Amino acid sequence: MAEVENIVAETAERIFADLADAQTVNRDKKGGWKTPLWRALTESGLPLAWVAEDCGGSGASLAEGFSVLSAAGRFALAVPLAETMLAGWLLSQAKIASPDGAMTVAPAGPRDRITVGADGTLSGRARGVPFAGDAGHIAVLAQASGGVSIALVDGSACRIEPGLNLGGDGSDTVTFSSVTPAAIKPAPQGFDQTSLLLMGAVARSLQIAGALESMLDISVRYSNERVAFEKKISKFQAVQHNLARLAGESAAAIAAATSAADTFASGAASDDAAFLEAASAKIRCSEAAEKGAAIAHQVHGAIGFTIEHILHRYSLRALAWRDDFGSESYWAVELGKRVAARGADELWPLVASR
Amino acid sequence: MTAALRFDPIRLPSECVELRKQVRAFLAEEIAAGTFDPHQPNREDTDAPEFSRRVGARGWLGMTWPKKYGGHERSFLERYVVTEEMRVANAPTRRFFVADRQSGPVLLKYAPERIKLDILPRICRGEVCFAIGMSEPNSGSDLFAAKTKATKTDGGFLINGTKIWTSSAHIADYMIAIFRTSPPTKENRRHGLTQFLVDMKTPGIKVNPIGQITGQFEFNEVVFTDAFMPDDHVLGEIDGAWKQATSELAYERSGPERFLETYYVLTELVRAVGPAPDTRTAEGIGRLVAQLHTMRRMSVSVAGMLQAGKEPVVEASIVKDIGTVWEQELPHRVRDLAAFIDTEATNRETLENQLAFAIKTAPKLTIQGGTTEVLRGIIARGLGLR
Repeated sequence: MAEVENIVAETAERIFADLADAQTVNRDKKGGWKTPLWRALTESGLPLAWVAEDCGGSGASLAEGFSVLSAAGRFALAVPLAETMLAGWLLSQAKIASPDGAMTVAPAGPRDRITVGADGTLSGRARGVPFAGDAGHIAVLAQASGGVSIALVDGSACRIEPGLNLGGDGSDTVTFSSVTPAAIKPAPQGFDQTSLLLMGAVARSLQIAGALESMLDISVRYSNERVAFEKKISKFQAVQHNLARLAGESAAAIAAATSAADTFASGAASDDAAFLEAASAKIRCSEAAEKGAAIAHQVHGAIGFTIEHILHRYSLRALAWRDDFGSESYWAVELGKRVAARGADELWPLVASR
Repeated sequence: MTAALRFDPIRLPSECVELRKQVRAFLAEEIAAGTFDPHQPNREDTDAPEFSRRVGARGWLGMTWPKKYGGHERSFLERYVVTEEMRVANAPTRRFFVADRQSGPVLLKYAPERIKLDILPRICRGEVCFAIGMSEPNSGSDLFAAKTKATKTDGGFLINGTKIWTSSAHIADYMIAIFRTSPPTKENRRHGLTQFLVDMKTPGIKVNPIGQITGQFEFNEVVFTDAFMPDDHVLGEIDGAWKQATSELAYERSGPERFLETYYVLTELVRAVGPAPDTRTAEGIGRLVAQLHTMRRMSVSVAGMLQAGKEPVVEASIVKDIGTVWEQELPHRVRDLAAFIDTEATNRETLENQLAFAIKTAPKLTIQGGTTEVLRGIIARGLGLR
């Protein structure tokens, strides 16, 4: 488990450990854990970590917020913390104050478009919006004729068709039919849907990497407890090598995700470099989720396939998070196009610049 | 909780930017002068002694070593930049690479002062080539099964036995080898091996080339018949090589050479597909670039930990495991993606030749310098499984 780097992440980690323990959450079929958890998170200012104090937030740095997301991934957190943080961050880009309560962001994928009509209302459909049904408000990135706008919308003003992602968390279709936003302002120069998706991709990469850390941890622990053929299964070389591969996938995810987060937190990279970092993180973490989840399940055998066991909380969420803010296939195509457009002899200089 | 795997987002410091420019300019000059062809990895480049000397003259060998021994007291991260630029350019580094990465540091740590003062400055000037004498006909990954014997005699040792798969032994001036000075003990099967500095001009050493499936003759069999090693060529503790061999491995296992060996086919693929590839090709390239970038970030992170005086043995083993599997698969993935390229692409023949060579090279990448199986065993130990 990574060391906790700062007080914000330390606070988050403590709340998760107290109120979002995987075992407790998994046993509580009625979801009674959610209210006290969200209350504690709100009291410590975490959902609006990326919102400046004068906009109602707690003004944490990007780096601090990113380490909260890593911790959230390690706990396979199933409340809209990442989404509210991203929404607060998006609204802050246009200096729109954040309301209290849970939020989410739309669109959450590259193929959806929300547009601003001549009358200033929003129209369009966004699919796979995480936790839209649980969110009081939605931070929206919308295309206006004169450029890109950022808007705050009351969730009840939209039509929300509920859906679930692989992990059983809300992943809903949100339809905007001439919705009047609670606030709307132009996005800063150069900020567009890709900017939002890249930030979302970094967030999901950190969460996937965190979940992989936990999958490695519980798989190693289980292999040291479970006895088969008269010895601990951790003593079988085939199992050892599978776990070594899981460690490798976990390590690759951590490296890719923290590198991208560091790039965004320091804010000094060129467009191409930031794109390389965030796209690579989402691609590599998604690949690691596939390979890593398969190994974690293989090590656990049938018990890990049961709903009673906690493994699925991590494995299915890591797999689900691949789909949000652009899948690995999407980012790979976009990254490949950029690399090709730059030309063969510019590939290495780009990679080496990081 | 399982021991933490650390891959902090280390960035190369600003002094590396200027250095990288210098290395690129130097390599461009060498290419222009015809020293080597960057598009042609398949060549016998073992004999580039003048190039080695010019690299030494630039101060890019023994970069991290004390000035007293001809070194330059620069950081591991600066050395990293030089290594990766040379590798990506396909520069002929074989003559100096082992000495610079591995043999020099061993001498620095274990050789008597006289030998350090004699040999290290020559490594830094690019004048000497080193080989590593580990494997034997019946001991490869199982290093501690080595049988080649060092028998005590007046003023030194007599060596008898055979080393094998010894890269560059045919051009090497020296070898750092392990020989058996005592039998293993019941308690410690790793006991009884001693590290030696071998002068390859010593009478009683015969080097026999071994052909490889690539068509190259890069590795050798080295036969020792009563070859005399003076006492001061013992490196470190008699019978204690096992304590010395393992801590060096983090340096050996995590460098850019562990994932860039076949990189050239990716560059050539991007050239062949042109500026606007179809979706299939774009996705394939995007994934490979994401994987490459991630590998490099992991590798730089380990270099940063080494620079900070840590011993990230497990992290380094992970880098080599993932990196070598990646560079092994790379030519096959590139072949897939090149299946539909324009048959008239100007570099088609270059790419095909490179692929043929890279695919033949690929099997060795997960064997040399610690097999995948050995690495995964080390990682498993780090995870607390053994």
